[in-house]
Amino acid sequence: MKIAIASGKGGTGKSTLAVNLAYLLSKMNKNVCLLDCDVEEPNCHIFLKPEIKSTQKIFLPVPEADNEKCTGCGKCTEICQFNSLALIKNSIMVFPELCHNCGGCWRICSEKALVKAQKEIGEVQEAKSGNLHFIHGKTKIAEPMSPPLINAVKEKGNSADVEIIDCPPGTSCPMIAAIEGADYVILVTEPTPFGLYDLKLAVDVVKKLKFNAGIVINKSSYNDHLIEDFAAKKNMEILAKIPDDKKIAEYYSTGGIIIEKIPEYKEIFENLNERISNNKR
Amino acid sequence: MKELVIISGKGGTGKTSITASLAALAKHKVMVDCDVDAADLHLVLKPETVYKEDFYAGKLARINPDKCTCCGKCIDLCSFNAISSSIKIDGIKCEGCSVCAHFCPENAVEMTDKKSGEWFESETRFGKLIHAKLGIAEDNSGKLVTKIRNHARLVAGRENAELIIIDGSPGVGCPVIASISGANLALIVTEPTMSAIHDARRVYELTRHFKIPVCICINKYDLNLELTGQIEDFCREGNIGVVGKIPYTNEFTEAMIKELTLIEYSNNETSVQLIQIWEKLNEICNSNS
Repeated sequence: MKIAIASGKGGTGKSTLAVNLAYLLSKMNKNVCLLDCDVEEPNCHIFLKPEIKSTQKIFLPVPEADNEKCTGCGKCTEICQFNSLALIKNSIMVFPELCHNCGGCWRICSEKALVKAQKEIGEVQEAKSGNLHFIHGKTKIAEPMSPPLINAVKEKGNSADVEIIDCPPGTSCPMIAAIEGADYVILVTEPTPFGLYDLKLAVDVVKKLKFNAGIVINKSSYNDHLIEDFAAKKNMEILAKIPDDKKIAEYYSTGGIIIEKIPEYKEIFENLNERISNNKR
Repeated sequence: MKELVIISGKGGTGKTSITASLAALAKHKVMVDCDVDAADLHLVLKPETVYKEDFYAGKLARINPDKCTCCGKCIDLCSFNAISSSIKIDGIKCEGCSVCAHFCPENAVEMTDKKSGEWFESETRFGKLIHAKLGIAEDNSGKLVTKIRNHARLVAGRENAELIIIDGSPGVGCPVIASISGANLALIVTEPTMSAIHDARRVYELTRHFKIPVCICINKYDLNLELTGQIEDFCREGNIGVVGKIPYTNEFTEAMIKELTLIEYSNNETSVQLIQIWEKLNEICNSNS
């Protein structure tokens, strides 16, 4: 079973939930694979402190120009939809940061003046501790596109009993790439106007893509009705509430696993796990 | 005219709440919300839209079933797995590269314009706000950011504004790069947590890569004083200015619920800090030429 943990808004507690759920399941003797797909800003490793066993650099195909061969026909700049090629006199300039790696240019060039080269976009690391398998990706700084790296992380996911996918914030292509293929999506929010608005966007995404999904309220407070009213209207289940407790924030700040340190919160995660198990499609 | 961009790496450190307060304090400015896939600034600024435009970016492939012979060449050529075995285009996966259209032996693929979202020029109680809404599950957020930043420059020029305040998005990817490029100053909002520090370092590296001057604000500084000390040490070593420290407080949420900036909502330690932060930022903006 693949559980994706997402949110529209950043900083609502996705990684906290992912880490604590993975930790709980591993302690229940399940084979768990935690995939940190927030490759721009991965954080799960800060809490799990896994001993990294392997690191693999990830490359994408980008064009490289051999201007000796270029006749200046301009077909490559015509096919490129992303402005990553410019023809200046009889010379091609490549802007690899704009390239979407579609392969159009080197396929269309009859002179073989553009060839397929490799560009490093980041790395994927793996660790294993007991029955918890951990995988994360990290983009190279100034590398704009994260979906290919997210896909590389997900390809490493194995046939664990449970795969937990920590997604990047937002509702655009990185988030879509991360939730794809999930059996269930947990949307983490907080009971504030910002939390509600961004939750609505995230719910639009999961509804449009027909995912089975539920909501977790983090920093739960007297404002929970903001989220509860919306969830009722959308016929979505509130799976769990994590209280707005400064003790949690303080322990989180140090990079700790909440249920290990504050056992009274373990039950929240146990109940959450049960609810998801009942909801899987 | 100067451009100040507020970023953080990690989400939820307080970018938008702080941006809104700066909007309340600064004079002669235009605001831009560049967090186009989860924009929140409008929830506090309550904009009234005076101009709206659809945003078209990129293309979408469409198969003409009358011409298609189902040869499957396009499936092999597509780098995005966007074409199914029954030759159906997945509109979400298609990146509009047009490779299928170019190489289809039957000319059965047509590239169509795709609406990726919309953007707005609005009036607020603090001046003009340029903001946008990316369509559900759309890409091209970087292009939309560039579009609204360009429009903000136009509006700022028209209104003789001295400053553009840009609310950025979390992360270090495409929309963040588009939000910071060419800005005069980036304010990194961080907090004393291991994750936020990790993420702030990465976004700081990004600002260095693009040679954007940077300063730091520590939000919730009293949550973990030891880590706050570490952030200050890091800033001292890197010669990065710390423009202020804001305490851990519920007031931002309370103000947000009342649809107010913290400056309008309260008049205490936090708002005094924010005023000092604004004064320092203003000074840095005006001294960096």
